[in-house]
Amino acid sequence: MAEEVVLMKGNEAIAHAAIRIGVDGYFGYPITPQSEVLETLAEQKPWETTGMVVLQAESEVAAINMVYGGAGSGKMVMTSSSSPGVSLKQEGISYIAGAELPCLIVNVMRGGPGLGTIQPSQADYFQTTKGGGHGDYHLIALAPASVQEMADFVDLGFQLAFKYRNPAIILADGVIGQMMEKVVLPAPRPRRTDEEVIAQCPWATTGRKNGRKPNIITSLELDPAIMEQRNIHLQQKYAEIEANEVRYEELQCEDAEYLIVAFGSCARIAQKAMEHAREEGIKVGLFRPITLWPFPTKALRERASRIKGILTVELNSGQMIEDVRLAVECSIPVEHFGRLGGIVPDPDEVIEAIKEKLINK
Amino acid sequence: MTKEDIMKPENLVYQKPRLLNDNPMHYCPGCSHGVVHKLIAEVIDEMNMSEKAIGISPVGCAVFMYNYLDIDCQEAAHGRAPALASAIKRLWPDRLVFTYQGDGDLACIGTAETIHALNRGENITIIFINNAIYGMTGGQMAPTTLLGMKTATCPYGRIPEIHGYPLKMTEIAATLQGTCYVTRQSVHTVAAIRKAKKAIRKAFENSMQGKGSNLVEIVSTCSSGWKMTPDAANKWMEEHMFPFYPLGDLKDI
Repeated sequence: MAEEVVLMKGNEAIAHAAIRIGVDGYFGYPITPQSEVLETLAEQKPWETTGMVVLQAESEVAAINMVYGGAGSGKMVMTSSSSPGVSLKQEGISYIAGAELPCLIVNVMRGGPGLGTIQPSQADYFQTTKGGGHGDYHLIALAPASVQEMADFVDLGFQLAFKYRNPAIILADGVIGQMMEKVVLPAPRPRRTDEEVIAQCPWATTGRKNGRKPNIITSLELDPAIMEQRNIHLQQKYAEIEANEVRYEELQCEDAEYLIVAFGSCARIAQKAMEHAREEGIKVGLFRPITLWPFPTKALRERASRIKGILTVELNSGQMIEDVRLAVECSIPVEHFGRLGGIVPDPDEVIEAIKEKLINK
Repeated sequence: MTKEDIMKPENLVYQKPRLLNDNPMHYCPGCSHGVVHKLIAEVIDEMNMSEKAIGISPVGCAVFMYNYLDIDCQEAAHGRAPALASAIKRLWPDRLVFTYQGDGDLACIGTAETIHALNRGENITIIFINNAIYGMTGGQMAPTTLLGMKTATCPYGRIPEIHGYPLKMTEIAATLQGTCYVTRQSVHTVAAIRKAKKAIRKAFENSMQGKGSNLVEIVSTCSSGWKMTPDAANKWMEEHMFPFYPLGDLKDI
């Protein structure tokens, strides 16, 4: 059978993918530019087909705590929001990470700080990759650069979240959420039965059947010696994720003299800039981190020995550049080009930045 | 008659609830939490729901409820228990889902989560321990602290011009269309304990029958926070708390 190709927004793709891969519950709150996720789910009425729960919460705080509850009971649950709303979710995200529960969070970033703007931004990179909430924890952060990846990363996010019992986040931006592209949605598969959930999640609060010991979901431990052990265990898990789950894409890096490092919508613009630069005879390659945490540190370090300089292109004032500089250990120049507050650059601006900051320096 | 004769099973008139384990409770002498925990354990067992009960503990003195009840439990962030319970009940509709929250948790930081869960008619029960003070953090002013009452953060007494007025969340809950059963009880006498148990049973049964949201407030003592003996705290509660927080059903559909 031929693949079914549909045209839709990134936000809509998230919703359709969630229904099709058998997500059990979505809990959200309207905020631009991601409201189509909740709207699409409400329109699709998956509770009548797959049995998926869809609930508009009273706040982002409530929505993430619904996710915390649902995740603790072993179900596949998710939420989505945009920057100011994701700030509100940080308390719950920290609890979910501390209690080691799987879930999926989607952030369709908009410009900040504060109420900011409803236009696209990537200024939540620090928040996503360096903590966000309180405590030593990490989210598995996936950065989609197309509507196709919006759809694909719902499944990937849940797979990684359940594999490591750790929250995963799709860090998109307003461009990826709002733009329409062709997409092949994942093949439909049924939600897990309650029996399958109980078998897959023996730790979950599903009711203590057959006299098993009670399951307790908590991040609280007053004994500092035990709490330290819990933290060490978390760090060991994060090291395992860093070893196994790094994802990135390289375009025309083999003969490149200069590298653009960009994620999400900026990678799309950078790709066009790379093509234009090569027409001018400048050998530019594109390195696109797909996992922002774990960051592709090793791959970038290996690449650094063969190039003259790196330009990071970000819709922020220079956040990912810190990880890039750490990766290459200051062995080559690493410069930043970014537009702020919702402005999206065009490819020519990127080429000018390469010339100005790296070539003609 | 020997002690052994008296201890024969047929003479048994009372025993520790099966779902209450042997962990020593951290609650202070005279605290109401232990009694309410016991009632919950008894009701779940009598309803034969031990394999289907999921409890949500708050932040506050009852944060460790899960150490004493032998059922599956989740520990919520401060005030967020009704959000957790809403999701769990919708995802597991045949489970008995309840939250257990203090006044600071329910009536202050979790006001939004509480009102909206109740107003959505979530088929859950909220057990609300109102002792008019923050016990766990050392006796600070709560949203339900009475006017004139002294706490660590209103050491000269609660003054409305500075601190505002005590909040009657249970009265608010009774006005919400999503609630089916809203009641205020206490556990300071044997008779009160029996009534409170009936209320918890009715609330749990309502939630399993899909009738809507249930709120059971237990007007409680905090002898440590109030700086009174347990006996004096009970008397003070009768004299001061009950007139402002009168006992009885506010709504029963």
